[in-house]
Amino acid sequence: MAISERLSGNEAVSFAIKQINPDVVAAFPITPSTEIPQFISQYIANGEMTTVYVPVESEHSSMSACVGAQAAGARSMTATSSCGLAYMFEMLYIAASNRLPITMACVNRALSGPININNDHSDSMGARDAGWIQIYAENAQEAYDNFIQCVRIGEHKDVHLPVMACQDGFITSHAVERMELIETDKVKAFVGEYNPEKYLLNPDEILAVGTYDTPQYYMEHKKAQTEAMKNARQVIKDIAKEFETISGRKYDMIEEYRMEDAEYAMVIIGSSAGTAKEAIDELRTAGVKAGLIKVRVFRPFPLEEIAAALKGVKAVAIMDKTDSFSAAGGPLGAEVKAAIYGKVDGLVAANYIYGLGGRDVRVEHIKLVFDEIAELVKSGKQPETYKYLAIRE
Amino acid sequence: MKDNLMKNITPDNKWQDLTPGGFIYASGNSAEFKTGDWRTATPKFIEEKCKQCLLCVPVCPDCSIPVVDGKRLDFDFDHCKGCGICAKVCPFDAIEFVKDGE
Repeated sequence: MAISERLSGNEAVSFAIKQINPDVVAAFPITPSTEIPQFISQYIANGEMTTVYVPVESEHSSMSACVGAQAAGARSMTATSSCGLAYMFEMLYIAASNRLPITMACVNRALSGPININNDHSDSMGARDAGWIQIYAENAQEAYDNFIQCVRIGEHKDVHLPVMACQDGFITSHAVERMELIETDKVKAFVGEYNPEKYLLNPDEILAVGTYDTPQYYMEHKKAQTEAMKNARQVIKDIAKEFETISGRKYDMIEEYRMEDAEYAMVIIGSSAGTAKEAIDELRTAGVKAGLIKVRVFRPFPLEEIAAALKGVKAVAIMDKTDSFSAAGGPLGAEVKAAIYGKVDGLVAANYIYGLGGRDVRVEHIKLVFDEIAELVKSGKQPETYKYLAIRE
Repeated sequence: MKDNLMKNITPDNKWQDLTPGGFIYASGNSAEFKTGDWRTATPKFIEEKCKQCLLCVPVCPDCSIPVVDGKRLDFDFDHCKGCGICAKVCPFDAIEFVKDGE
């Protein structure tokens, strides 16, 4: 029987880490992910976990410790947010290029500045090209479920890549929700033991990790890395199916909500998907054929799934909770437009920047977006390249 | 993922045949990486002036002065990068340092 609980996103992820009981956790506190290393430290102090906790002096060091531990053959985990993730930037690439399946709880928070501790996606979106798999949660339940699956995805023999399990800071990480936990024996059986083929502490084999790569080899290693990211698509789907058998909950690359006959669609990531679903229910009641595509997996990017879901749609609003300062929109906007190029004809695609630095996004904001894209279709006008949602001007 | 034990990786290998992350499943193979062609100047060993004091040996950053039975031999030009430290340290002018093209 599943365990019915009421937990915050941070509590849920910490509980997942306790159930998995990894070999090493190395983390440095930063709002809003601080509670995760705090809870784990308590679990360890209470004798509830046998994990080695490495108390580091910075996030550069926490990721370095995870890189070293994972290369040594230990299942390693960390948690961070915002500037902490930015401080890991160099080591994120080391972890990915050395093919070390570290699992990170990333609690999304705006990057400074102006300094701000609240939620948006500028931190993990800034690291989107680091070579990590990125999976985003809508709520605490998904944060918990995703984290457990992330361990298996990264460690899969066809993947061997680190994974970020992202949830929205405060909105998800600190709000307490009713949710279901899976029994610890089932979680342990699902995740299994970490048995890498090659690891530094193996006394029977010689191994060098992180060696210099000359121009004759670098591109071939990058090709292998990008193929691993492609492989992750199938692995994510397979592991989601297996996870369904122990949890009863379905997961995929994207989640489609009321998209079957939708004329107007929204593409969104994270907790605001919940708000959008409420807005869509109200719009449907009013006779508007609105639907939602929630991007659960951002890396690898679900380009085929998104293009297929948008077939037959008249207009789409692509919602970015970060600005890439390309002066051409946000990263989700750019990648969704690339995904539909040549695949979906005549679709009006508007890109919105919303919810930066914890700005509240309410049902009426989402309805306003649907009004605006419907108006574009009616008037035959093209949207602005991108715009800020509900900005004071 | 290809996971074969490769001790002799060459630039002819396809990406599928390289080890994940460029891991190297062997040790002591830096000797296989020839750095001698980086040289723009070359030390010249003048054996008749050499007193075999061996001061040059430990200062060589590339271990390119082989020693056999307590005596140094001519340079290992496969790995000598031509830094010239050995010529500076030699008290007997037994190492001449010649810039290429001179």
